Amino acid sequence: MVGNVFSNIFGSSPVHPLQQHMGKVIACVSELSPYFDAVLAKDWTQAEQTYNNISSLEQQADVLKKELRLSLPKGIMLPVSRRDLLEVLTMQDKIANQAKDVAGLILGRKMEFPEQVASMLKNYVQRCIDASDQAKTTINELDELVETGFRGSEIDLVEKMIRKLDSIEHDTDKIQRDIRQVLYKIEKELPPVDAMFMYKIIEGIGEIADISQRVGSRLQLMLAR
Amino acid sequence: MEYATLYITLAVVFGLFMAWGIGANDVANAMATSVGSKAITLKQAIIIATIFEFAGAYLAGGEVTKTIRKGMLNSDMLANDPQLVIYGMLASLLSAGIWLLIASRKGWPVSTTHSIVGAIVGFAAVGIGIEAVQWVKVGSIVASWVVSPVLSGLIAFLLFISVQRLILEKSEPIKYARRYVPVYIFLVGFIVSLVTLFKGLKHVGLELDASTNYLIAIASGIIITIIGIIKINSLKFDPEADRDFHFTNVEKIFGVLMMITACAMAFAHGSNDVANAVGPMAAVVSISNTGVLAQKSALAPWILAVGGLGIVVGLMMYGKRVIATVGTGITDLTPSRGFAATLAAATTVVIASGTGLPISTTHTLVGAVLGVGIARGMGAVNMRVVKTIFMSWIITLPVGAVLAIIFFYLLKAVF
Repeated sequence: MVGNVFSNIFGSSPVHPLQQHMGKVIACVSELSPYFDAVLAKDWTQAEQTYNNISSLEQQADVLKKELRLSLPKGIMLPVSRRDLLEVLTMQDKIANQAKDVAGLILGRKMEFPEQVASMLKNYVQRCIDASDQAKTTINELDELVETGFRGSEIDLVEKMIRKLDSIEHDTDKIQRDIRQVLYKIEKELPPVDAMFMYKIIEGIGEIADISQRVGSRLQLMLAR
Repeated sequence: MEYATLYITLAVVFGLFMAWGIGANDVANAMATSVGSKAITLKQAIIIATIFEFAGAYLAGGEVTKTIRKGMLNSDMLANDPQLVIYGMLASLLSAGIWLLIASRKGWPVSTTHSIVGAIVGFAAVGIGIEAVQWVKVGSIVASWVVSPVLSGLIAFLLFISVQRLILEKSEPIKYARRYVPVYIFLVGFIVSLVTLFKGLKHVGLELDASTNYLIAIASGIIITIIGIIKINSLKFDPEADRDFHFTNVEKIFGVLMMITACAMAFAHGSNDVANAVGPMAAVVSISNTGVLAQKSALAPWILAVGGLGIVVGLMMYGKRVIATVGTGITDLTPSRGFAATLAAATTVVIASGTGLPISTTHTLVGAVLGVGIARGMGAVNMRVVKTIFMSWIITLPVGAVLAIIFFYLLKAVF
């Protein structure tokens, strides 16, 4: 049919699939909260179960990522730059990867964290999840941004969201410093390799907030085009 | 003239076939953005298309028909052999009709306008002589094929930017949509009425002076605006719907605008494309009756009505299904964008109809979609398909011409 050719010029917008991917990523990262509950309680069966959840959600996000990439061939005209869009997608995906890596490392070594850092660690993980969640809220405004053509009051709204994301990330940096301080005081009593890995885990969790913040920065670049 | 009745019968049959093909296939493209934006239902689209395609064809199809009928040929050259024009016009209808049939079976995007123009130029240049073609006129037609998508793209770009500035970027878009959408509605009603008044009413037997035309156009614009406002006020807004996507209710207001724009588009399409079917038919009828291809002869209104009828029948029989496929094939097109693209295309086509230039509605609409896309308004536009659609006319022209030449010699041999 002649008509079909005409309707083919309207590709489907990548915005909704991008938001769906982010939804999956958040589902994955949020599992870190029950996961750390189990780890701190040294309930390794529960921890393993939650880890499996994290791992399967990460895989599902991966599938969505690949689908979206395939639907964005060159020669498609988008309201945002294709490169920025793919970049955001890659970073969203990294958030889920990071969550899985951190959880995997802890499970593999059956790491036991000292009492002194337990509650701080719990708070730290939660704040990092908050950062990802804020990144998701921001990404969820992308369809509104496209609707308004990236102009006007919608921009202010999104910029406010990005500022909030920045402040959450800032918050996690501060908590990270505090935990390191506490750990530093007691590290001599810990097995050296364990202590080393603890620092690594703390850094790894912080990465989640870092990457989430970068999702926000990319979105800001999209606004500026 | 010998065989006059036979010629006329053949012309009407071929012309009807061509009009039927336009109704079956082309109308779907004209309605695509309206149905695709989900602002109107399939049933509404078909009702709108039926009424306004016919109205456009009958009221504003005269100028383009004149161009197709005699504008491209040099009548002095043909005075001695008027039946050659009859063969040629019949051959053109046959070639364009058959080519369209093949192309739509294969799913190739072709333009009715390009095939008929290619066919007429082909038979005249090869079958009669290079001088038989009014090359200046043909040149301006070809130029209009380049200008029309660009112009409609520009209009679409500006329209969409205005929608953004006036409505979408505000913090209370609903309030501003209520204020400005009626202005756009007025614009639609005014433009369409004006072209109809200036170009359409002559052959219906009504001739008014310019200022009366403007007054009537303004009056009918206002009437349409009032209908639109009543419709907007009857809309029910659901704050819940805005939770996920904050512009759901604003888009409902644009839906009313889209519906009115859909009428304008169907009208514009009818006014320009009917000529592809009835232009050659009219030429055959007038030569058979008078014996000459007269530059001054008037167009019989019944011929436009036959074309309009053919389009409507094609739409009823087959076009419905095509509209349904096209409509469901389009996702992520909101009424605010659909309106900007459609109004830009409709305006361009209506202007071309008034000027007597046969242009491709589909190309014009593609240009408009790109215009909105450049304004960052489209979710995703597949540039490769756009390229295919624009390239298709380069193939369509020679194919239409070659087929017409073959049929021309065949008919000449038969009679």
